[in-house]
Amino acid sequence: MLKSSLDLKTLRHVARLARLSLTPQEEKLFLSQLSSVLDYFEILKKVNTDKVNPTYQVTDLENVFRFDQPQPSLNSKQALSTANSTRSGYLKVPKIFKK
Amino acid sequence: MTDLTHLSALEIAKAITQKKYSALEITQAFLARVKKLNPNLNAFLKITEKEALTKAKQIDQKVKSGKKLGRLAAVPLAVKDIYLTEGIETTAGSKVLKGYLPQYSSTVYQRLMDEDAILFGKTNTDCFAFGVSTENSGFGPTHNPWDQNRVPGGSSGGSAAAVAANLVPVALGTDTGGSIRQPASLCGISGLKPTYGRNSRYGITAMASSFDCPGPFARTVADLALLTSISAGQDPNDSTTSPVSVPNYPDLLQKTNLKGLKIGLPKEFFDPSADKKVLQSVQDAAHWFKSHGAILKEVSVPDPCLAVAIYYILVPCEISANMARYDGLRFGQTKKDHQDLLSYYLETRGAFMEPEMKRRIMIGTYALSAGYFDAYYIKASKARTLFKQDYQKLLKEFDVLLAPVSPITAWKIGEKVNDPLKMYLMDIYTNSVNITGLPSLALPCQFDDLPIGFQLIGNYFEEAKLFSLGHQYQQETDYHLKTAPL
Repeated sequence: MLKSSLDLKTLRHVARLARLSLTPQEEKLFLSQLSSVLDYFEILKKVNTDKVNPTYQVTDLENVFRFDQPQPSLNSKQALSTANSTRSGYLKVPKIFKK
Repeated sequence: MTDLTHLSALEIAKAITQKKYSALEITQAFLARVKKLNPNLNAFLKITEKEALTKAKQIDQKVKSGKKLGRLAAVPLAVKDIYLTEGIETTAGSKVLKGYLPQYSSTVYQRLMDEDAILFGKTNTDCFAFGVSTENSGFGPTHNPWDQNRVPGGSSGGSAAAVAANLVPVALGTDTGGSIRQPASLCGISGLKPTYGRNSRYGITAMASSFDCPGPFARTVADLALLTSISAGQDPNDSTTSPVSVPNYPDLLQKTNLKGLKIGLPKEFFDPSADKKVLQSVQDAAHWFKSHGAILKEVSVPDPCLAVAIYYILVPCEISANMARYDGLRFGQTKKDHQDLLSYYLETRGAFMEPEMKRRIMIGTYALSAGYFDAYYIKASKARTLFKQDYQKLLKEFDVLLAPVSPITAWKIGEKVNDPLKMYLMDIYTNSVNITGLPSLALPCQFDDLPIGFQLIGNYFEEAKLFSLGHQYQQETDYHLKTAPL
């Protein structure tokens, strides 16, 4: 099941999935550091988890709802006050498609 | 003349109400100490002097006009920089958020401010709370007040160092994997990791949403009880906060009878590989309880080495999901030169995120990616269930579990920075509690040049019992009163 010891190809794939550009130095460093971390996870193999349900929430809360009523919130000017680039009250984002 | 910076939060609030000191006197005394010592400690990333003086004057005005004062009147407060503070720069200890001015405030912080606490500033942390030593901060490490060549622990190291150095009596941190208890222990102060969902996570930069627990630091357990009675409780902005009612903890400090109290000592937490002095000091603390009528019994808990594996799979998974939302468009640092959206994302995230952010995001992305999801995320989530069941079973039989917080005392700055796995293993005695969501109180029990701490782990929402045990211990011991030689 657990497969460890990362190779460079997988590392680059993961970095791209995570939207991180890495320098060659970072690639080299992370490859060895992350491999030893993944190797450590091997100890989980010795735990028998057959017929065990996973836990995602520890205090057993389920389906917490609230009334769908408008509440005071930030206005558009406040909400955009931290944005790096705006135009006519909207966020301006980089081009999505290449020409 | 009394050194005002030795006063606890309770003492300050009382002195203000009784008009023994003015809020301005208190504020100036602590500010002078902050300005003198912070350049060496780097506990605060930002000192909010102007805001503090303004609020102090407002409180004095309230006193003068006979208005009702809050329960934290003029209490200096330091806040970990991952708590959003409206209009006050919040960096989360990362270059990513340099210059970010939040438009709203975190719930826990706001609740304390509404009781007339005075914000003294934002404290250093590992970037986005990813770390155990505060060395992963984008703005340099914090130094341990007991030995400035050593780490204060982390990730809430700035808050812990600020309290340990008497820069403030109380501070806020977060404990996702030990980030309150471990720095409290390494700095010789008290800290609470509350039950998951006891304190609201709203307005705090998200690390791992099913683990994150905001909580307080103080020199005394009585102050922790006061702060928690104010901060805890349901918040419409965080649906994971619990509807379980919040007792008035300060009223319950003497309530738990030590006679006949059942304390379990998990043998896996007293592993001979840990520092002998740490183990001996924590055993001594256990015997203090025994000498007051408690019953000690060795118990067995799930292997803490497994807890580290479960934790460092699940937490990076949640980190990668939370951090996937960072685009540099709505706030934070951004790269200007780019060809298209994809290269913009790659460059912006690559340029500003600290190495530990990248490591954790990649571990999480890897563990969640096709082909690995079941082997890592699901497997660890199932093992999490086993931990929870075993601890619940034990806590039916025992009132609390007592254990060390950290296997060693504060280590030298730089000693472990090149070995992330070694760093992660520093969480060995804290991660189990986070996996289960149980509350745990850390407090000092010895000073052998460097501070040593222990933790009391209780059942869900039984913070009152932990406070009572810790308070009674501190009534008869003076470890919590020791001050770092500065």
